[in-house]
Amino acid sequence: MTDYKNLKLIATSNPHIRSSETTRSIMLDVIIAMVPALVWSVFCFGLKALTLTVVSVLGCVFWEWLYRKLMKKPQSVGDLSAVVTGMLLAFVCPVTTPYWMVIIGGFFSIVVVKQLFGGIGKNFVNPALAGRAFLLGSYAGVMTSWIAPGEKAPLFGSTADVVTAATPLLYMKNGDMEGLKSTFSVMDMFLGKTGGSLGEISALLLLVGGAYLIWRKVINWQTPVAYIATVAVLTFLFPKGSASGLEWMLYSIFGGGLFLGAFFMATDYATSPVTKKGQLIFGIGCGLFTVLIRYFGSYNEGVCYSIMVMNLFVPLIDKYTKPVRFGVVKSDKKEAAAK
Amino acid sequence: MAQAFFGGVHPNDMKAATNEKAIEQLAPPAEVVIPMSMHFGAPCTPLVKAGDHVKVGQKIGEFRGLGAPIHASVSGTVKVVEPRPYSMGGNITSVVIENDFQDELSEEVKAPADPDALTVDEMVEIVKNAGIVGMGGATFPTHVKISGGIGKVDTVIINGAECEPYITGDHRTMLERPEEIIGGCKYLAKMFGVDKVVIGVEDNKQNGIDAMNKVIAEQKAPVVVEPLHCRYPQGGEKQLCQAITGKQVPPGGLPSNIGCAVFNINTTCAIFRAITQGMPVVRKIVTVSGSGIIEPKNIECPIGTPVSCLLDACGGVKDGTYKLIAGGPMMGMAQYTADIPVAKGTGAILAFCENEEQTVENPQCIRCGKCVAACPVHLEPLFMYQYASKGMVDELNAANIMDCMECGACAYTCPARMHLTHMFKYGKQLVKNKMAADKAAAEAKKAAEEKKEAVNK
Repeated sequence: MTDYKNLKLIATSNPHIRSSETTRSIMLDVIIAMVPALVWSVFCFGLKALTLTVVSVLGCVFWEWLYRKLMKKPQSVGDLSAVVTGMLLAFVCPVTTPYWMVIIGGFFSIVVVKQLFGGIGKNFVNPALAGRAFLLGSYAGVMTSWIAPGEKAPLFGSTADVVTAATPLLYMKNGDMEGLKSTFSVMDMFLGKTGGSLGEISALLLLVGGAYLIWRKVINWQTPVAYIATVAVLTFLFPKGSASGLEWMLYSIFGGGLFLGAFFMATDYATSPVTKKGQLIFGIGCGLFTVLIRYFGSYNEGVCYSIMVMNLFVPLIDKYTKPVRFGVVKSDKKEAAAK
Repeated sequence: MAQAFFGGVHPNDMKAATNEKAIEQLAPPAEVVIPMSMHFGAPCTPLVKAGDHVKVGQKIGEFRGLGAPIHASVSGTVKVVEPRPYSMGGNITSVVIENDFQDELSEEVKAPADPDALTVDEMVEIVKNAGIVGMGGATFPTHVKISGGIGKVDTVIINGAECEPYITGDHRTMLERPEEIIGGCKYLAKMFGVDKVVIGVEDNKQNGIDAMNKVIAEQKAPVVVEPLHCRYPQGGEKQLCQAITGKQVPPGGLPSNIGCAVFNINTTCAIFRAITQGMPVVRKIVTVSGSGIIEPKNIECPIGTPVSCLLDACGGVKDGTYKLIAGGPMMGMAQYTADIPVAKGTGAILAFCENEEQTVENPQCIRCGKCVAACPVHLEPLFMYQYASKGMVDELNAANIMDCMECGACAYTCPARMHLTHMFKYGKQLVKNKMAADKAAAEAKKAAEEKKEAVNK
């Protein structure tokens, strides 16, 4: 009889098998989903779009590595979440943003918002959006100058060296539908032949990336669909200026960072509800705040702040969207309430 | 029509290694170790002592309260009665029998003259004396389930889901012994007084479904085979009830609360053998599989066979085997030694030598919510983990941690590889300790007040 006494056996709790999906594979999927939009940006804005993204990623990874190193915590760079944050941060900045600025933004995103609160999964607002908000507050001029469509950004140099132009959202803020329509067609907006932040211009390619994430089951459809649908319904009902409801709605959902925000920002695990019902409510809230800020706020764009505001509601949403206990049917609940 | 329940996961079923291999009879082991606790309930009292001669089917352990008797699985001499390691962890009083290889059948094993003429009470008594328990692993005494369910149960369900990966014992039983299954169903229908028994089978066992349907058609038996979606934990008792009837078992309740009774495929076969042949539970079909097994097999062996004999029969284990599991990979117990016997609830022995565990250093929850979507009993594992790791007992209770059945679906699906199920076992113990402490404190307070009153008088 073979001796099985020498087997070195590990006795751990069930389950003894695990799915192949890991934090790293999820983050890799998100990175893959952002590539089409990045390629389009390089095509539109020039090589600066790529170099700025790379610098932003390197900055975020460096800050994460440095913080974990200095604090003597286990290294977490390998989970690729800092890469995702770096890409997203670059995506929400104008292509003309200086390199040093995204590195500062990366510090705020990674160190202040993410690591100081405990690292991955513990941050209470989206790190990339918080980084953008920080930069917008600190360098408003740079962060609101948009390169004119068709112009290429120089690899080095500031906004002073390029031709800037109004984005569709500025026309819309001013209610100048004639100006908007003569500059950008709805199709331009959908495909991405327009001005705006580095990664937000092509609704089509962001939609492709988002569909990939839903297909890979990385994100649920609830958040992005609820978000975009809410903006669509509200803008259809309340058009501004001389636009028809439909026209205004299309410009509204394809303009600005709505698709980027809906598919890549609002779906951030750490800062969105855990149940599908909660995600639906979260998406509706994001849509509502986006429209309110665009209509009544002093900013042209409301996506960034709307998501950050809704991030703060997440614990509350989680509390009130708990799954119904197994085995408790509605009539039981009513009886319990009656007692 | 394939049915569904809420949540669940879809692991690779890994059944191809053994699902085409016929059940083999193990060469009789030289010695069997029969633990006195192979059921849900208090351990049995041994009826034999060292030196006694026993025969196959002879009762050697008597139960008290909730339980089922235990029988000798080979004939021979009792070597010793002492605590031995067993698959549920720790040591338990066991009867060690040295096999004389005579296979003498005990006089206690008597086939009823006319099985079909038995009354319900007689059949329940036979099931009780045969030591039948839930063979799927839960090991709840079957006679208790039957006598407790008569009158309340309108749906009798046979659990052929076999949703745990690797395990193929029930599948092979469907293919090789469909008459026993259908025969057992007929007796169950009679006991419960129902006109139909439903067999739930995951649709990855189509040939098993066909084999049973053939027998049903031949015998015109009151049995229906219901194909189910392939999803873990489809074979969980409550999930199976939900899939078949659409009803949910209330929290802390039993399937009988919604008029259901669930029996495993091999439990049904055991009922058939007990009623037609008078044979108690002395043998068990075990799937021996996993990356660490050289030649995976389905083996039928006497209860009490040392696991090492099964491993030997499968060519031994590969170098680097780091895990030995009694049961399936999702709910089975990891063993620290191969020196354990096969018990009534041991459906599989798995050995792993590859990276099935995929553990990571320093796992961090990313709040993806996949555990919430996977939980078949609608819990929120990620929050329960936080509460348990911080010892927040009241919050754990409010999060319904006691509803957790430790199926492992959340931990399986967790991309961050959090040790969720492990933490919930710990958390449930915290809640139980707190309840016990609260109860003791309340009683102490009451006693103190009574004393005070007595003094005052």
